Amino acid sequence: MEKRSVFGNRLLPYLLLAPQLAITIVFFYWPASQAVWMSFRIQDAFGIATEFVWFENYTELFKSRAYYEAMWTTVVFSSWVTVLSMGTALLLAVMADKQIRGATAYRTLLIWPYAVAPAIAGVLWLFMFQPSLGMVGRSLRAMGIDWNPLLDGNHAMILVILAATWKQISYNFLFFLAGLQSIPKSLIEAAAIDGARPARRFWTIVFPLLSPTTFFLLVVNVVYVFFDTFGIIDAITKGGPATSTQTLVYKVFSDGRLGGDLGGSAAQSVILMAIVIGLTAIQFRYVERKVTY
Amino acid sequence: MAEVTLKAVRKVYAGNVEAVKGVDIDIPDGGFCVLVGPSGCGKSTLLRMVAGLETISSGEIAIGGRVVNQIEPADRDIAMVFQNYALYPHMSVYDNIAYGLRNRGTPKDEIDRRVQEAARILAIEPFLARRPRQLSGGQRQRVAMGRAIVRKPQVFLFDEPLSNLDAKLRVQMRVEIKKLQRALGVTAIYVTHDQVEAMTLSDKLVVMNGGRVEQVGTPTDVYRRPATKFVATFIGSPPMNIVPGVVAGEGSVSVGGHVMAVDDIRAGLPKGAKVDIGLRPEDLVVEPGATDGHPLIEVDFVEELGATQLFHGTLGGAPIVVQCPTDKVPTTVKRLALSIAPTLIHVFDHETGERIGRTFGSVAA
Repeated sequence: MEKRSVFGNRLLPYLLLAPQLAITIVFFYWPASQAVWMSFRIQDAFGIATEFVWFENYTELFKSRAYYEAMWTTVVFSSWVTVLSMGTALLLAVMADKQIRGATAYRTLLIWPYAVAPAIAGVLWLFMFQPSLGMVGRSLRAMGIDWNPLLDGNHAMILVILAATWKQISYNFLFFLAGLQSIPKSLIEAAAIDGARPARRFWTIVFPLLSPTTFFLLVVNVVYVFFDTFGIIDAITKGGPATSTQTLVYKVFSDGRLGGDLGGSAAQSVILMAIVIGLTAIQFRYVERKVTY
Repeated sequence: MAEVTLKAVRKVYAGNVEAVKGVDIDIPDGGFCVLVGPSGCGKSTLLRMVAGLETISSGEIAIGGRVVNQIEPADRDIAMVFQNYALYPHMSVYDNIAYGLRNRGTPKDEIDRRVQEAARILAIEPFLARRPRQLSGGQRQRVAMGRAIVRKPQVFLFDEPLSNLDAKLRVQMRVEIKKLQRALGVTAIYVTHDQVEAMTLSDKLVVMNGGRVEQVGTPTDVYRRPATKFVATFIGSPPMNIVPGVVAGEGSVSVGGHVMAVDDIRAGLPKGAKVDIGLRPEDLVVEPGATDGHPLIEVDFVEELGATQLFHGTLGGAPIVVQCPTDKVPTTVKRLALSIAPTLIHVFDHETGERIGRTFGSVAA
């Protein structure tokens, strides 16, 4: 009972696809190919002469200590954000899944942060934790903690992790809640009769059955932390103090835009692009097949 | 092994919706009790209250003499088979069956011995390493049974366990469930909306409607002496015909002008009182050739069932179905003369729908 439309005109399907193709070409393929092209070239400081240098930009990059530092920063940052935001979201989703009073309001409120633009989220947290003005910042100092994200790299890192986590919880929450609700109730009841207490039910039944959702979110979150947190970092720390919150994607921006090293910056973007293509490939391969029951 | 006692059990949901309106049932040790009724009659809710999956609004449920109202499902010593089997999809068949024992800290070799034994009884030994999704409906059903019997509980609870199977498998599993329950001697409560399952499995049949128990009795009791018009039309296939009639005198009623003798009717009913007469299609006898002194029906159409034929027509203004062995009368017949034994006529109150029998009231439970 397959429903299919047959086009009489051979041109029509291409015409219908054209707008979407145009958007993809203009906003994705064109800049991406520009980046690849640029990553093979070096421009002089005044932008007058450009030289084709093959892989020199890449070899320079892998010799640079700063690049490895940014990589490590990204690993630390993304691990924390992924673990914290997924953990918190799962906890909230489990609570929302129970029949509680005002569940709808609770859910709606939890979804709101997702609608906040990254830069605004960043500014929000920046203000709250500002050491001399922010409510939280001042209370921390009043409690005797020498809180200063403007000077202390670790404090700055904590702040961006918190902001990025807060922003991502909503998304994870939605997926976890949907995942929880797709688990048949009778499975939980059967486990209850089988003598499993709530905690054991969660770890032996619910959590394994959520694994497709968890895996999907893991990939999505890593991609999010790698790329979409640019706005948050830019608003809160601008990669600083020093380079303590400079992630790979922020380094692309600061090297290319602020440092003027277009070739090196382009090479970094190509590497990032390869990473995201790899992650997407993994996701399609495993989410679609293996982790489902 | 244990008896199960329900005393004035009620379930009221939020918004004052009363799903179960005071139910009393006694199930003896080793008994097979079937709760049957249309959708929404409260039978599943009642079962879930026995299991501990629903709270009890008021009343008392006792298993083996112990009141279980406040006891967790895990500690009630029951096992339940769900309609969708509720097998854990990420575990092998072996782990599915062993799960309940593991949760209770049973020693490993003991678990293995009992799982193997259950698998042998249910003939699922070749599938122990498989996942539930690799099994057919009937095999999944067996695994669900295995999960129930491996714990050797005091009570089995079945929530429409056969409704997801095809007709042939359903008959086969029905027989197996009954055999298994007999062999193990475990008390069973079984919920179904299928009256054939209800009749064949139960030794105590509970017919429910609208949150109330309409009748409790052996299947034969319920079939032969339905307590209400509802039970009369719910149990039996094709359903019992209900035709309007009046009391014609002591021990007789009149339907469409024909006076019929009735065995089971209360004495002293006023002559001319409106009653409903219940006549089972299989109890009506077609009298070929006869015309006088028999109720006549006009035949509208005939259904062929193979061994029997169903004649649809009207009697006393009400639709009526007559079941007749094939070839007794030609299917082209326009009129049928009927007779019925006085012992097979059921009389119900026109208003309340309750049976107006001589001894009724003492038959229940």
